Amino acid sequence: MQRQLANMKQTLFDQGYLDEQFIQLEELQDDANPNFVEEVVTLYYRDSARLIQNIEQALEKSPLDFSKLECLMHQFKGSSSSIGAKRVKSECTQFKEHCRVGNADGCKRTFQQLKKEYATLRKKVEVYFQFARQIGPVEKACRSK
Amino acid sequence: MGMAVTDDQFHVLAVDDSVIDRKLIERLLKTSSFQVTTVDSGSKALEFLGWHGNEINMFSEASISPNNYQEVEVNLVITDYCMPGMTGYDLLKKIKESAFLRDIPVVIMSSENVPSRITRCLEEGAEEFFLKPMKLSDVNKLRPHMMRTKLKNDIIENGKPENEEKQENEKIITTGEADSEVQQFQTAQSLQQQTSQNNNNNNDNNKRKSMEEGLSPDRTRPRYSDLTVMSN
Repeated sequence: MQRQLANMKQTLFDQGYLDEQFIQLEELQDDANPNFVEEVVTLYYRDSARLIQNIEQALEKSPLDFSKLECLMHQFKGSSSSIGAKRVKSECTQFKEHCRVGNADGCKRTFQQLKKEYATLRKKVEVYFQFARQIGPVEKACRSK
Repeated sequence: MGMAVTDDQFHVLAVDDSVIDRKLIERLLKTSSFQVTTVDSGSKALEFLGWHGNEINMFSEASISPNNYQEVEVNLVITDYCMPGMTGYDLLKKIKESAFLRDIPVVIMSSENVPSRITRCLEEGAEEFFLKPMKLSDVNKLRPHMMRTKLKNDIIENGKPENEEKQENEKIITTGEADSEVQQFQTAQSLQQQTSQNNNNNNDNNKRKSMEEGLSPDRTRPRYSDLTVMSN
């Protein structure tokens, strides 16, 4: 079971959904803070929902306020980076680039892509957490610190 | 007010507008056995510092406990650079401009690798500049800064017969240069030994000076090498 979990995680890394930072989060988890990673990720979901909504609203305006969009995306990029959401982060970078050059279509296109990546990440991470929960503390004991 | 220099006593004020980053930095700091207070803005940080900062410890015997705040000492401020309203740089400036707060070491975090920004912050008196996301290894670099200042304050409170208001920096200029170069290469532990022997004060002015002259490899090298490694 542990191997399955490890494989799951490895796949997430290999496919570029998560990066090093996620491991950093896991290393901060311990018996005193057994749910740290999930707590952070939950905060991320909440924060992302807010940002996505704000960005969506901002994208409906005409003309686009690129500086505001860039600012929102900067926040999204930051939080994505903090949890190791690699693919989402790179979409954020692209989006910011479009803002910089004032490419409205680029922004809208990238945003759709970003939402897709974000949704996929959520799904995969949820499966991972569910599985980890099933395994329980045994998995943690096996991880060498 | 003389506190023992143990990690449990070190109190860090973390400033970040991102709730995720606040949680992260809090965990990082607590894992390193620091006490942590987090706030979401520069103005709240100043409020917190103003209520029970060094001014109270340095100048008064009695402990004043205004409102709901306990009287705690802040040994380091770690702040995000990019924040709405007051940026981390603005906060840094305010702290360094305040006679009462300037001795508190300030460290800046940023998600963006902008050399001019880094230089600006270091020149304004930031001890270090970290790229986000922060790691445990970064947090371990905070301890020496806190220890220096703590020892400095202990000397101010207990040791110095002369006027306490006078900045330590001004007094120690002569011993500063060589010592600060050496100290920057020390680990936290040997730094502790060193500081008890020398007049410990890592002269802020000298630090800044060697920064400008580019003589401070410990400061610049790790930061820039971190930067090059981290640029994806």
